[in-house]
Amino acid sequence: MPDAIIATTNLRKTYGHVEALRGLSLQVQPGSLCGFLGRNGAGKTTTLKILLGMIRPTSGEARVLGRRVSDSVASVEIRRDVAFVGEDKPLFDYMTVQDVVRFTAGFYPRWRQDLEQRYLTTFGLSPRTKVKTLSRGMRAGLALLLALCRDARLLILDEPTSGLDPDMTEQVLQALVRHVASEEMTVFFSSHHIAEVEQIADRVVIIDRGRTIVAAALDDLRAQYRRIHFVFDDDAPAPVFRAKGVERMYRDGRVLTVLASAGAEGIVEEGRTLRPVSVDVVPVSLKEIFLESSGVEG
Amino acid sequence: METSFLRPNPSSGVPIYLQLIEQVKHAIETGALRAGEQLPGIRPLAERLVINPNTVAKAYRELEHDGVIELRHGAGAFVSADARPRQMKENVRAGQAIVAAAIGRLRARGLGEEEIRRLFEAQLAGLPRKGERSA
Repeated sequence: MPDAIIATTNLRKTYGHVEALRGLSLQVQPGSLCGFLGRNGAGKTTTLKILLGMIRPTSGEARVLGRRVSDSVASVEIRRDVAFVGEDKPLFDYMTVQDVVRFTAGFYPRWRQDLEQRYLTTFGLSPRTKVKTLSRGMRAGLALLLALCRDARLLILDEPTSGLDPDMTEQVLQALVRHVASEEMTVFFSSHHIAEVEQIADRVVIIDRGRTIVAAALDDLRAQYRRIHFVFDDDAPAPVFRAKGVERMYRDGRVLTVLASAGAEGIVEEGRTLRPVSVDVVPVSLKEIFLESSGVEG
Repeated sequence: METSFLRPNPSSGVPIYLQLIEQVKHAIETGALRAGEQLPGIRPLAERLVINPNTVAKAYRELEHDGVIELRHGAGAFVSADARPRQMKENVRAGQAIVAAAIGRLRARGLGEEEIRRLFEAQLAGLPRKGERSA
């Protein structure tokens, strides 16, 4: 089993009276394109900041590329191999595109000239354009170019397609797929655009209220999660299922709905003993899994 | 050949790798892909369709398991030359007849198109997929 590229163990972070992280554990494997989902306020930004060494956890451990982020020596080494693109993309507004690229390239001995050419074209960036006149999409493209050309082993992104038009969004997603497929990079990105996560991610981590709620391969989620509708002649019962995998149950008049994270067949079998009039089993989208996992008092 | 692949729909309820498998089988049936022809590489196809390379790899593995394609180490993926694709065509034709008969009977019972579609989808969603263990 290869070493995880990112591994947090029971991270806690308290700001005054507010517990932003309440024992958050997650892992990201090498070569993964991992989506990081959570409501606003769930603790995503705090987690990313800890991973990037920008803030310290109150307790618990975070390791990036095998090294503890709280170790100040390791932290410098980590920064060399980890690229980050945040939501606000601070760039040197007074410089031209070419200046910014050359300036940044100077810090990284493994700078990829080939990728620089490619992404200048892909993102439609003219070398002599002043950064401050760039459109939002081009700004995002430039920020991504600077991150990708560094030849980092890990790329962390916070809302990479926020506010981008469909064409630019596709270019960004395609670049991420390319780097995981061909450049052996690991990508960990937070996003509210669930359809995009479904499209390119192989794993997903969903957090809520400072804790990990779901951490799984997308294929497993698709194979295991089911919504089961039992329709009854009279008011639906409120059974306690012995079968495992029941996440939620709703009753609405004569319909009992079960959200299962696994074991749908066992639940259907048990439900049939209650003599429903009909049983329906349907797949569950990632969006529904997300909505069902977050925001409800557990 | 890469350009003839359609972008899969990530939110359709049908896993992306299954959509890809269907596309390859359909391409073989229509003659867009012929016996012995090479399929796009896993990475280029993933990039082209903007989907995860593991998804393409999974689709290719299953196609190989079904005898539809051959994965030649170092060389790439090629449409099988043997009779399996032909057998698949016959299976599809037989399947079409079965589905036509089933739909005819459901219609005779007064079920509408939407209801019939839901019945099929529910049945498919409830079944463990080939190769997957029941939870």
